Amino acid sequence: MYTPHTAQDIEAMLRVIGVDTLDDLVRVPDAVALRAPVEVTPQLTEIEIAERFRGFAARTTAGDYTSFLGAGAYHHYVPPVVGAIAMRGEFLTSYTPYQAEVSQGYLQAIYEWQSYIALLTGLDVANASVYDGATALAEGVIMAVNATGRKAVLISQAVHPNYRAVLRTYADGLELAIDELPYGEDGRTDLSSLDAALADQRYAAVIVQSPNFFGAIDALPNGVGARIKATKTVVIGVVAEALSLAALAAPGSWGADICAGEAQSFGNAIAYGGPHVGFIAATTEHLRRIPGRLAGKSVDVNGKTAYVLTLQAREQHIRREKATSNICTNQAHCALCATIYLAAMGKTGLRDCAALNVARTNELRDKVAKLDGFSARFTAPVFNEVAIRVPGRAADVLAALEQKKILGGLDLGRFYPELGDCILTTATELTTSAGVDRLVTALSEIPARAAARV
Amino acid sequence: MANGVPAGLLYSKEHEWVLMDGDVATVGITDYAQSSLGDIVYVELPRVGATLTQFDSIGVIESVKAVSDIFTPVGGEVVGTNGDLDNNPASVNGDPYGAGWFYKVKLADMGQTNDLLSSEQYEQLIAEA
Amino acid sequence: MPLPAFDTPLIFETGQEGRANRYLPSGPPLDTLLPKDALRDNLPLPDNSELDVVRHFTRLSQKTFGIDTAFYPLGSCTMKYNPRINDAMANVPALRDLHPFAPDHAAQGALAVMWELERALASLFGMAAFSLTPAAGAHAELAALLIAKAYFKKKGEPRRNVVIVPDTAHGTNPASAAMVGFKVLSLKSDAQGRVDPDEMRKVAGPDTAVCMMTNPNTLGLFEPRIHEVSDIVHAAGGLMYYDGANANALMGNTRPGDMGFDLMHLNLHKTFTIPHGGGGAGAGPVGVAPHLVEFLPTPVVRAYDADGKDANATGWRETADLTFALDFDRPSSIGPMRSFWSNFAHMIRALAYTYANGGDGLTLVSKLAVLNANYIRASIRDVIDVPYDEINRHEFVASAQSLKRETGVRALDLAKALLDRGYHAPTVYFPLIVPECLMIEPTETESKETLDQFIADFRDIVATAKSDPEKVLEAPVNTAVGRIDETRAARQPDLRWRPA
Repeated sequence: MYTPHTAQDIEAMLRVIGVDTLDDLVRVPDAVALRAPVEVTPQLTEIEIAERFRGFAARTTAGDYTSFLGAGAYHHYVPPVVGAIAMRGEFLTSYTPYQAEVSQGYLQAIYEWQSYIALLTGLDVANASVYDGATALAEGVIMAVNATGRKAVLISQAVHPNYRAVLRTYADGLELAIDELPYGEDGRTDLSSLDAALADQRYAAVIVQSPNFFGAIDALPNGVGARIKATKTVVIGVVAEALSLAALAAPGSWGADICAGEAQSFGNAIAYGGPHVGFIAATTEHLRRIPGRLAGKSVDVNGKTAYVLTLQAREQHIRREKATSNICTNQAHCALCATIYLAAMGKTGLRDCAALNVARTNELRDKVAKLDGFSARFTAPVFNEVAIRVPGRAADVLAALEQKKILGGLDLGRFYPELGDCILTTATELTTSAGVDRLVTALSEIPARAAARV
Repeated sequence: MANGVPAGLLYSKEHEWVLMDGDVATVGITDYAQSSLGDIVYVELPRVGATLTQFDSIGVIESVKAVSDIFTPVGGEVVGTNGDLDNNPASVNGDPYGAGWFYKVKLADMGQTNDLLSSEQYEQLIAEA
Repeated sequence: MPLPAFDTPLIFETGQEGRANRYLPSGPPLDTLLPKDALRDNLPLPDNSELDVVRHFTRLSQKTFGIDTAFYPLGSCTMKYNPRINDAMANVPALRDLHPFAPDHAAQGALAVMWELERALASLFGMAAFSLTPAAGAHAELAALLIAKAYFKKKGEPRRNVVIVPDTAHGTNPASAAMVGFKVLSLKSDAQGRVDPDEMRKVAGPDTAVCMMTNPNTLGLFEPRIHEVSDIVHAAGGLMYYDGANANALMGNTRPGDMGFDLMHLNLHKTFTIPHGGGGAGAGPVGVAPHLVEFLPTPVVRAYDADGKDANATGWRETADLTFALDFDRPSSIGPMRSFWSNFAHMIRALAYTYANGGDGLTLVSKLAVLNANYIRASIRDVIDVPYDEINRHEFVASAQSLKRETGVRALDLAKALLDRGYHAPTVYFPLIVPECLMIEPTETESKETLDQFIADFRDIVATAKSDPEKVLEAPVNTAVGRIDETRAARQPDLRWRPA
């Protein structure tokens, strides 16, 4: 309990208000009175609460396994300085910085976050964050629809399946049509049908992800972005693994007008899926259509540099049903964690981290591919994930690995029935050579009957 | 000009002004409108080539913390817009009848002007407000 | 307690290249690992020492006002104390580091957290079920309206497309409606600041999809005829949606389900003490009545007893004997709303808070929230307009209209003067129907002493406004910066640092 009132306080306050009892204050008509007592939880002390959560932790055994899971949520090293600073009460317990005079620190941090994202994506502006990568994509599509007046989009099948599913949910509301581009034998988006698809100019946007869901680097080849733009169609680049931005060509440099992404990798815990932190970056042309909050730099009455939330007339609290989005609460504190992480890692640390991810993933791919019956499913270069073809069903191989306390990755058959013999496997800077060797050994020891059940 | 309402223009009840030149109308907002809106930071105009219906909401005016619809006082095809407003929205505040104009419309039907107010009628409208 | 006024250069303006990376072994050169055309040419980011990073962000925190700093009576936002045990539980490694694609058998504890919280919320608010998926209130509104759209489609009434919202509603309500292609009909409040059932009768009809309301409403007033409103909307074939922004007023006392609401959301970052974190992350569970359960977003947490049968429970129950699974196979569902299942770390916080209170404790929480708000109203009503001067709930609305007429001092000026005294400002200019509005919500975690000091300071500011208005008009002067040129910020947007 966190209420400070003594019985005497309550009595004195009721007297000032002019009522006799607390119940008199909260009385409601009989028609809406509570019909049955609520069944909530017992009231526990902090000691008992901690005991409960030890129980929940004991039943959550994933930490006992060596994990190669990724697919949009990544285990990365988070320097303790991130938590130590981000958990300061001023940051943690502040509201959205509408009262700018007492929020200069947070506003500057948001401005720095926007700067980091703009620099990393190679685009002009970035917003103060959105919920996550999938909703960033949906919001990016809404921007493109508003920019073009067209009610259909063309999306690569190599975009994260969850992101595509969320886009379908939003599209049901917005009444948008969604068409898909297939992936090719190299694991990249197959663009051979693109020109024909663009011919009648019905798409608001073409959407590709790089690195894509299979880990493959899938930036648009030279000249393709310009061809798409020539049909007044918006290019949306999706980034589900923000760390890749430290190494790979920036989406702005390969033609993206809008970049929608997920920055959990920057200093945020995986936490069973959230809170993570989505971002949207765009060219200046799309500035007025960006959803959510934007921090801007201005001056105060004395001419001193001051930060303030700006371009608010785009937002729901002013424009109501004509707003660019209904978003209000965003992921400010996750964006703050990301900003502290980026500052602490620095350019050098980020480059090294990205390089280690590629190196460990290449090592994993090369070692697994030497095993009899195993191979890399696709040929395109990868960042920190690779689709491995296994002998038999991926689900059976993964189950056998679990017996050996290994979470080997994601069964791609879950989203792509034709890839039911493939595992999406991830290695990061936290993956060790010893861990890779454990996986390789375990795979080599899987009983033939588990692997052969097709 | 009396009370800041220039003669020779037509007006709408929604505080837009219209300058007729043949069948082409130039549209903007009145001095009264700009001063009630405060500092204007952005004007979202229709696209050249768009077809407007008289009195429809066809764009918005943003001040720092408010948004107002632009109800077009005349319908027809948009034949020009004031591109300078993107970089200098302040001209709507500073020179609403001049540099702060919004867009030009080729009128679909000249009879529409009968639904607009004269400068005297508009003056009376804002005097009563 | 003024906030520090020192300048802090941008992180991009400090440091030297090569000063960073103390955390990892050096990586191999990238161009030995990947084709050159896949790589970026430059990465214009700063390298700072860890100490310089710590100082930079510590200084920024010192120029940021939080609940931990001082009293935060921000109406509609429920800025109550955020207990630290919540964060400690969210930081338990097994839960913090759990991957969303971990197999269910390795995530049983996390699923139990979600199920226990969901059951407790369902009972507390009178709903058949909640989905913990939405990341915030607005996200939950969107989910709820998609549920309504799917419901009417299945019922063969796809033409229902009007959302009725009272004129006191939050801006997210109409914005959410627009995102599902619904039209918004704004309903004028009556002279007592309430929704008038007779007005509702005039607008509810065959095109009504959803009526979105909150109770108490945004004026902090209870809607005593809510059941009549619900009956009218239901008779017209529409659904009732409860915006849970003000749920801190009624826990354990009355429930949206009992008022006739079919859909609702909660802002766990308001009522259930999840830290606002400067504007998020939040969490907005969406609750539904029995006829809408099939449409909930995926995935849904299912619980099974020892015999493998569905574990049915109306409210919270012990879970040690249950087995859990994420259910994605729901043909009528609106589909997923986000990348993964929920803002799970916040579900931990909300459950820890629920444990810390229990049902009786939560009931008392709401009563004391109402007590504190009424105490402030009763203590300042003689110096400021209180347009609806009656027993309010967890918040109330004052107006600076008379004060402005007498002195030129507006609501905004009072807000800025409060900043100078070390308080956060109340919400100003919302709801839109009260001119020069100040919306004050103290929450239950503030002591009588804190409220008494605030009341004394507020009265003193009003007295100063009358004796020396200039002094109030120039506020704030004790803050890191003075009033900011917002016109310049919007006319010449400077939204990022650029390398020279």
